[in-house]
Amino acid sequence: MKRTIKIPILFSLVMAGILVMGCNSTGEQNSQTGLLSNDAAQQVYVAPGEYDDYYAFMSGGFSGQVTVHGLPSGRLFKTIPVFSVDGEKGYGFNEETKPMLNTSRGFVPWDDSHHPELSQTKGKTDGRWLFINGNNTPRIARLDLSVFETVEIIEIPNSGGNHSSPFTTENTEYVVAGTRFSVPYPQADVAINSYKENFKGMLTYVSVGNEGEMDIAFQILLPAFDYDLAHSGKGKSHGWTFFTTYNTEQKSTLLEVTASQNDKDFIAAINWKKAEEYIQQGNYKEVPAKWAHNVYDEHTHMATSEINDKVKVLIPSECPGLVYFLPTPKSPHGVDVDPSGEYIVGNGKLSADLTVHSFTKMEEAIANESFETEISGIPVLKFEEVVAGTVKEAGLGPLHTEFDGKGNAYTSFFISSEVVKWKVGTWEVLDRAQSYYSVGHIMIPGGDSAEPEGEYLVSLNKITKDRYLPTGPELCHSAQLYDISGDKMKLLLDFPTMGEPHYAQGISADRIIPNVKKFYPIEENQHPYRAMGEKDTRVEREGKEVHVYMTTIRSHFSPDNIEGIKVGDKVYFHVTNLEQDWDVPHGFAVMGANNAELLIMGGQTETFLWEPKEVGVIPFYCTDFCSALHQEMQGYIRVSPANSSIALKWGLGEEEPVQ
Amino acid sequence: MKNLPRYIMAIAVLFLASLFLFPIWRITLIAPQYPDGVTMQIHINKIGGDSPGTLQNINILNHYVGMKYIEPESIPELKYFPWVITALILLGVIAIGINKPAFYYGWGIIMILVAIAGIYDFYLWEYDYGHNLSANAPIKIPGASFQPPLIGKKDIINFTALSYPSLGGILAGASILLALFAGRLSKKYS
Ligand SMILES: [Cu+2]
Repeated sequence: MKRTIKIPILFSLVMAGILVMGCNSTGEQNSQTGLLSNDAAQQVYVAPGEYDDYYAFMSGGFSGQVTVHGLPSGRLFKTIPVFSVDGEKGYGFNEETKPMLNTSRGFVPWDDSHHPELSQTKGKTDGRWLFINGNNTPRIARLDLSVFETVEIIEIPNSGGNHSSPFTTENTEYVVAGTRFSVPYPQADVAINSYKENFKGMLTYVSVGNEGEMDIAFQILLPAFDYDLAHSGKGKSHGWTFFTTYNTEQKSTLLEVTASQNDKDFIAAINWKKAEEYIQQGNYKEVPAKWAHNVYDEHTHMATSEINDKVKVLIPSECPGLVYFLPTPKSPHGVDVDPSGEYIVGNGKLSADLTVHSFTKMEEAIANESFETEISGIPVLKFEEVVAGTVKEAGLGPLHTEFDGKGNAYTSFFISSEVVKWKVGTWEVLDRAQSYYSVGHIMIPGGDSAEPEGEYLVSLNKITKDRYLPTGPELCHSAQLYDISGDKMKLLLDFPTMGEPHYAQGISADRIIPNVKKFYPIEENQHPYRAMGEKDTRVEREGKEVHVYMTTIRSHFSPDNIEGIKVGDKVYFHVTNLEQDWDVPHGFAVMGANNAELLIMGGQTETFLWEPKEVGVIPFYCTDFCSALHQEMQGYIRVSPANSSIALKWGLGEEEPVQ
Repeated sequence: MKNLPRYIMAIAVLFLASLFLFPIWRITLIAPQYPDGVTMQIHINKIGGDSPGTLQNINILNHYVGMKYIEPESIPELKYFPWVITALILLGVIAIGINKPAFYYGWGIIMILVAIAGIYDFYLWEYDYGHNLSANAPIKIPGASFQPPLIGKKDIINFTALSYPSLGGILAGASILLALFAGRLSKKYS
């Protein structure tokens, strides 16, 4: 399926896209399925009880979460709640995790998660943490991969949609953020068509400490473009980050036309080592900005949220050498740095060609001051002085590129719905494979790091149409797994995914398994309302607040009979799971409660708030089938009238249970 | 050469003293949903396991069929057995000082008697745990015995139970052989 494109104007691209997508008829699809010989089935078959070779972490897109799959099987292991409440785990419903979703705009129970990014050491994925951006209400989350839970969320101020994020530096010194939508700076009641005068774009560097703790190190104030994607340099380009821009036309309406006029937009190259120097010298402005910083503590099993009130902002015109613009055709989407750090690929999504810049040439152009012009004090480098080569007529609508560590690059083409393999340095196209349909991101484990594990490629597809059993108007998105160990890409498998998987990350399972915790040691539990054993269980009243110190162990709650609760009380059930064994969570659910269940891991304490509104005897029970006597794991709460004089009373059975 | 039995006996005493570091016996329960098994380690002064939660996990399993909870605080042997071992160590040191065959043999025989008594005591505990079941047990299996094997392997409902000496127990057993060997050598040199 070779195509040549003579007139790369938008209209013909779109028409061609429609034609190509139309071409993916069942006939071709069947022949492709027919090619799936038995050895493809064997390659993805992971026998019962055996482990996959790789973890894949996929963004949940508009679900706001992260899913954990195995490769090559594609099996789904876990959904990790990140930016959206999750009734299944009580995330955002129990008292401990509500602060995780706090922002300067209050409790925000949903977001759109796009780009997972593994922490790296010396450019290699190290399996400690996974970062992911929240696009809608700008945030970055950190997930701890010893427990596969969200442990920190930081809000990005002065930003209007955090898309070009989090994309780590080589040793996870920083994760970055960049505003997709420029907004008035400072935010103000201004006319939208005053965009050019009043709007600004902001990039943010979030520092990551040794324990993973995040902080906003500094922000960089840029012209009001749309900052789309990013990748930090590595090896020789360590110390730099590259952000793509579109809407350099600076329009605020009908962007699909107005923001697609310039032949070239920019890749913004940020010298963050230089930024550190300017910060050290005090050459920054401290500006008021409200942003939430939420941290979950593994020992108190509680999140806390604090609102900060200022950030340090660097102004490029006052900080020479901090920012350069690299002209890049055309509305570039992804920007990807090859494993050596030399080549910077601009995936010009409205272009038929892929532009590759050279880091060495960029440094020379800066040294020679080969500037075309300046925008807001930011030098625009001459295109011819920085470009290393172009991959010609590779396909339509290039979005993202990943690398296999063997000198090859793979680029997704949305409009022509294919993955194209090409050679880094010679820029020749080596192979192409159809995707079903309309691939967005692609992922090779470690494919954006200095050390890719180039065995498999996963394409993340936006449209599935007829690929699976139909499920009404809404269909799943999908992932397709290709074997890229040989000269030709080989489609092995496709499997459905949750929400919309934008980007994904993959990593050898052996970099994660040794750190995985099986439960929380009960002796390390520092929750202020913990009960360290059944002897600690009790019920205490403080006015209208009632605190129930409850425990779970197979197969009962202690206490399981509670009386003396009154209509209008606020009842806090602090449930400690005393189990110290792997895979024995207990659940806790109360009839008619206006929230979700608790799902408490061994050694953990979680708190459930219940406000009884009418008298009666209300059952509660364990929701996670924990043992042969799970169905017996239940209890009752008696609710009396508000003016009742019935005293608090609680208990458990007549015989002594396991302590 | 005259001191050779002394050296051997010294090793025997050290082996016995290792009981203060290593468990004497272990019982492992294996079932499909416990792929790594649940291993209880019995020391001369405490009962532990592969993880801090092991004893709790075994008690949780046992309570389904009404077995008593294993509570180390209420097992008197764990309190006085360290003193018995200390006394045996002192006797061994005395035997080294005297360096006479009769004392080496005598120590070995005392050790054998203590071992027999200990194993019999262990059997009684196992019998009690395995047979003395609560009348209110949630699961009752007529005719089933939950007594673990004294030594070796036995199927107990859905579990396979393995009962074997642990490192300390093996070394203590070896110390008996070493003492008898020291006695023989010292007879040869005298
Ligand atoms: Cu339960």
